[in-house]
Amino acid sequence: MDAHKLVKMVNGIAAFFEADPDRNAVMESVAGHLKRFWDPRMRREIVRFVDEQGGEGLKEIALLAIRTHRDKLL
Amino acid sequence: MYSVKEPDGGTPRRVSEQLITLEIDGVRVVVPAGTSVMRAAAGIDRRIPKLCATDTLEAFGSCRLCLVEIEGRRGYPASCTTLVESGMKVRTQSEKLAKLRRGTMELYISDHPLDCLTCPANGNCELQEMAGVVGLREVRYADDGENHLNVVKDESNPYFTFDPSKCIVCSRCVRACEETQGTFALTVLGRGFDSKISPGNQDFLSSECVSCGACVQACPTATLMEKSVVDKGQPDHSIVTTCAYCGVGCSFRAEMKGSEVVRMLPNKDGRANHGHSCVKGRFAWGYATHPDRIKKPMIRRSITEAWREVSWEEAIGYAASEFRRIQAKYGRGAVGGITSSRCSNEETFLVQKLVRAAFGNNNVDTCARVCHSPTGYGLKTTLGESAGTQNFDSVQDADVIVVIGANPTEAHPVFASQMKRRLREGAKLIVIDPRRIDLVRMPHVEASYHLQLLPGTNVALMNALAHVVVIEGLHDEEFVRRRCEPAAYEKWKAFICEERNSPEAMESITGVPAAEVRGAARLYATGGNAAIYYGLGVTEHSQGSTMVMGIANLAMVTGNLGRPGVGVNPLRGQNNVQGSCDMGSFPHELPGYRHVSDPVVRASFEQDWGVELEPEPGLRIPNMFDAALDGSFKGLYVQGEDIAQSDPDTKHVTRALESMECIVVQDLFVNETAKFAHVFLPGSSFLEKDGTFTNAERRISRVRKVMPPLAGLSDWEVTVALSAALGYPMHYDHPSQIMDEIARLTPTFSGVSYEKIDRLGSIQWPCNDKAPEGTPVMHEDEFVRGKGRFVVTGYVPTDERTSRKFPLLLTTGRILTQYNVGAQTRRTANVAWHHEDRLEIHPHDAEQRGIRDGDWVGVQSRAGETTLRASLTERVQPGVVYTTFHHPESGANVVTTENADWATSCPEYKVTAVQVKPAAEPSMWQKRFGEQQRAQIDLLPGHGRS
Repeated sequence: MDAHKLVKMVNGIAAFFEADPDRNAVMESVAGHLKRFWDPRMRREIVRFVDEQGGEGLKEIALLAIRTHRDKLL
Repeated sequence: MYSVKEPDGGTPRRVSEQLITLEIDGVRVVVPAGTSVMRAAAGIDRRIPKLCATDTLEAFGSCRLCLVEIEGRRGYPASCTTLVESGMKVRTQSEKLAKLRRGTMELYISDHPLDCLTCPANGNCELQEMAGVVGLREVRYADDGENHLNVVKDESNPYFTFDPSKCIVCSRCVRACEETQGTFALTVLGRGFDSKISPGNQDFLSSECVSCGACVQACPTATLMEKSVVDKGQPDHSIVTTCAYCGVGCSFRAEMKGSEVVRMLPNKDGRANHGHSCVKGRFAWGYATHPDRIKKPMIRRSITEAWREVSWEEAIGYAASEFRRIQAKYGRGAVGGITSSRCSNEETFLVQKLVRAAFGNNNVDTCARVCHSPTGYGLKTTLGESAGTQNFDSVQDADVIVVIGANPTEAHPVFASQMKRRLREGAKLIVIDPRRIDLVRMPHVEASYHLQLLPGTNVALMNALAHVVVIEGLHDEEFVRRRCEPAAYEKWKAFICEERNSPEAMESITGVPAAEVRGAARLYATGGNAAIYYGLGVTEHSQGSTMVMGIANLAMVTGNLGRPGVGVNPLRGQNNVQGSCDMGSFPHELPGYRHVSDPVVRASFEQDWGVELEPEPGLRIPNMFDAALDGSFKGLYVQGEDIAQSDPDTKHVTRALESMECIVVQDLFVNETAKFAHVFLPGSSFLEKDGTFTNAERRISRVRKVMPPLAGLSDWEVTVALSAALGYPMHYDHPSQIMDEIARLTPTFSGVSYEKIDRLGSIQWPCNDKAPEGTPVMHEDEFVRGKGRFVVTGYVPTDERTSRKFPLLLTTGRILTQYNVGAQTRRTANVAWHHEDRLEIHPHDAEQRGIRDGDWVGVQSRAGETTLRASLTERVQPGVVYTTFHHPESGANVVTTENADWATSCPEYKVTAVQVKPAAEPSMWQKRFGEQQRAQIDLLPGHGRS
């Protein structure tokens, strides 16, 4: 899967949930959305992209969400 | 006119708690107040002769045939325009009345052709019937007097003829066009003997007539007559079924001779359409027997090879073996299925069952992905159910109607006619659309506000409206306190009150003057019952789901939910898109919108299906394309959906399709997707199958087979055969058994059965123990999720911005006479009205570019380029252009991008940055498309290489 496309999608998800001032809640919501709606191969790819390439291009909160909830996503 | 067997009460039924007792021909009759004497008499089978009256139209009193005698009254009043009164004594027959009626009929017949035996209305003509009823035996008026017997017929309309020589100027057609359809295309020109029906002093095709057929239906003679009846004669039986076009889901009587359709007449008992129709459902059904129909299965090993016709057994066996080979090589998740709204609930249920039980994954998705998937997400999140809240009839109780990103007069015409009726009665209208749609100002309808926002700024505008409502104290605090989650409300309220959400702050973003926004917000909040209707102009955006939640927020904060006349009403576009969603044709949800990870729900299906099911979500349609290019998705079963034409970024889609190893297309015609297919399974039209469709108001209606499937199998039988070949047999003898299974497994459908649908006519889900006869209006006492949930909807601009290179914004839409990708309507006479897609451009933008009306223009985006003819119009504002997408050669989706809704991946069709300039020749894509078209035709059996 094209990692840059996935980055764009995650950023869009994060941009929505960012309205919540509670950062932990935002990270929970972003990871929860990926878990609920993304095929495992897409989740594996975005985690790999974060692990191996530092998640370049991801919004900060999105990057944190993936790192914090990495195990839930795999 | 209607088929003879339909009873006609003469004037519309009235509903009233007050009852009136009168006497008709010595018989005591009790009817609601407001009932006409004619209708009261019809109720006791005293059928007073009539010609200008029919029970779908208000009484007019012009034919003078329905005269009666009323004790104590002078003269002979018309029974259609006389209302019942308490103690009234009516005589429907007397020597004097008989003489008057014969005299009137004698005058009618004196100027009418005496060609009954060869007339297409022979045996089904009210004039003929009335002549018999009144006992007409002679016409004493001289043959050499002036008459209209030689007036020329108007045969311009492809579907019906207008023969003025047979017209009795009863004006039923004029009134049908006004009252039922609301177009006002017809009038009575002239007076007295010179009176004639006219579609505006031009022929029907050139006029404003929208060819809905209401006038043809209303006509008591052969004056307005379907050409199909002229050609084939009167039908001999009829079968009630449901239209396969838009989400209104009109009920029709298929009028037949043997297994041939003679005409489709709207069913007066249809609860969605109440006896009305549009040009598509009424007339454009000929595609079902078009010569392009593929009737034999075909296979080929590669998409450059010729197709080979084979037996069903060989085609199904090949498809199954290929899917299994791909799974063995690439993994269980390497195959999937796409369903469509073209197919019934039962058929969609079977495809998702095949994918889950036979393929063993959740890679199943449906056409809703590209249209109303944000509705599913947004309304489920806020209200608890992925569907609209009302029935269509609810609009008759609305005081304020808001139409956002929808064009109902084009895309939901029968519902639009109902909406226009309410607007003519005085309801107020707010239109929110970048384009000046017809509804903004049309005969007897004018919007109080047209908020003509820039594409991509919906959420900004919605937030501004809500800001006004809360800041000015126009919200329904009591409703919110009683019905909504308090913490979520307080969070949202704090957000919406921020100055950045004010109309003034948003004006530079939306392009809508702040004063207009304030006025519209006040009207919505204080105008009485306020209902929101919305379409793809809401959902097909990068903030589609956010906008749906914004709409729900606004409805909740003003208390406009939970009763007739209000609500949040997504105008689902297709005949069964609601149904295909309900049936769980989603990668993340089982039938009834329950997540695949839910162990309790999954267990119920596992037990019933006898197989373990995958708990992880599968691929959505756009993800399938990405995975195909990535090499992890190689096989696809597509039933009734043309993704190569309907999905955005065509080049990306076709590259993905080319990279797959087995594409199985099940469809009526070789469509754009089939050009990339390896197996073609001939599909069946709605006329060839039994099943159910679910329309935009959650109404489940029967689809009934009127002719045998042309290819030998109904669509559901094909899926069953494929599943068996994959090693997962399914055992059904009839679609009713599939519905029984759906009901068994889906709580919102638990009370649904074919027996109940037949008994009630149709059922709106939820239909279960709590609501055994269905649910017209949802969320009456509480929301499905309990308390309504406000969601903060921050405006996030789309990534798709105009630039010096692409300075205009393209948005897309539909037109009345064509339907979606045009596979059906392009194969009917509807091409008379729309034979090409055009680019609408404002005269200012056109002048800057040296473009004149009708010129070919190139439309270029960062995704691609196509060429269309330009139409100059002020419907669009400067900076915005618009086109439709009904013809594949237009390539509208060559220019749309991969941008999509953040939550559901619904494509952002409505916002594409483009440049437009004069073009001397078709685009490169169009040239290649033309070559590919010719090459593919050569590959079909009976052509070229095959």
